[in-house]
Amino acid sequence: MDELNKLSTVQLDALREISNIGAGNAATALAKLINSRIDMNVPRVNILQFTEVPDLIGGPDIPVVGLYLKVSGDAPCSILFILQVEMAAALADLVMGRDIGTTNHEEFSEIDISALMEIGNILAGTYLGALAMFTGLSFTPSVPALGMDMAGAIIDVILAQFGEVADYVLVLETELKREKQGVVGNFFLLPDPGSLEIILSALGVDVFE
Amino acid sequence: MSNIIQVGMADMKMARVPDKLITMGLGSCIGICVTDRTKKIACMAHIMLPSSQQAKNNNIRAKFADTAIEMLVEEMQKAGANTGNLIAKIAGGAQMFKFSGQSDILKIGERNAQAVEEYLGKKRIKLVAKDTGGNYGRTITFDVETSDLLVKTIGHGERVI
Repeated sequence: MDELNKLSTVQLDALREISNIGAGNAATALAKLINSRIDMNVPRVNILQFTEVPDLIGGPDIPVVGLYLKVSGDAPCSILFILQVEMAAALADLVMGRDIGTTNHEEFSEIDISALMEIGNILAGTYLGALAMFTGLSFTPSVPALGMDMAGAIIDVILAQFGEVADYVLVLETELKREKQGVVGNFFLLPDPGSLEIILSALGVDVFE
Repeated sequence: MSNIIQVGMADMKMARVPDKLITMGLGSCIGICVTDRTKKIACMAHIMLPSSQQAKNNNIRAKFADTAIEMLVEEMQKAGANTGNLIAKIAGGAQMFKFSGQSDILKIGERNAQAVEEYLGKKRIKLVAKDTGGNYGRTITFDVETSDLLVKTIGHGERVI
């Protein structure tokens, strides 16, 4: 069942490479949007038990903003962009052309929220565009849903979708960083059960060893 | 010295007085606390899904409302609790995201809460307090000594049930 643990080095490398390119495109798009340099780390391919996922972003009870998109198409998956609340407020300011610190992270206006959702749209769109080009598969993202709450609470509803078939989840994770400001957010791609095989096979590395 | 015992996602732990049980960041998940107040023993489970029946993979019993509640009763018995004395307090079951054209999976919180109440009833465990629903996360701490369940939220206050 949990064949995730049987992924070969070649398969893991292929996954790392597609997330590298996908997140690279997303980082460039974000940089253009806020007119500032965005760096990213080498993507991590994690096979995690559910319990461990909230730890990726600093623990289950830290306050975050989560943008969640359900992706339909040939290989359904979930995209989650998690930002620390302070950073989400700063991003909203940057996109709206205000001085950083204008937005109070305890009270986002509707405009701020729609600015953040637009960021989610752009990041997911560019990431999926790269993924589609690489694999020849089609990916259609939903409108982003925005949640502002404890990291664990944001993540558990997404994990619940995997819960009926698996105890482990594959997480492709990339950290986006802004000059001098540290981490902007973490970008996650979680293939639905069954989608991983489709993606791997489209990449030509579908044989489980 | 009292310890605070952490309960992870799809996890279950037992505690005796003077210890406390905590589970953090409940969204659509539900924290179920079952206690025997005379013996001062309690168990907490953090469930993710309503039922193990349709699941293709049900190795982890604490993940589902039905199997987790069975497990809670077994563990409490093993720990020396009197099963006739068990009472429960629950929290969680929120709906964190709203999409237009809602799918069932996003109403998972509501379904979890219903399932937990149903299975507690089947096991004749009296539900004495609950704090479920809404659209916000919860961190809960159960004090075995007082049977108080402290519910903390971000922006939706703090309460003891």
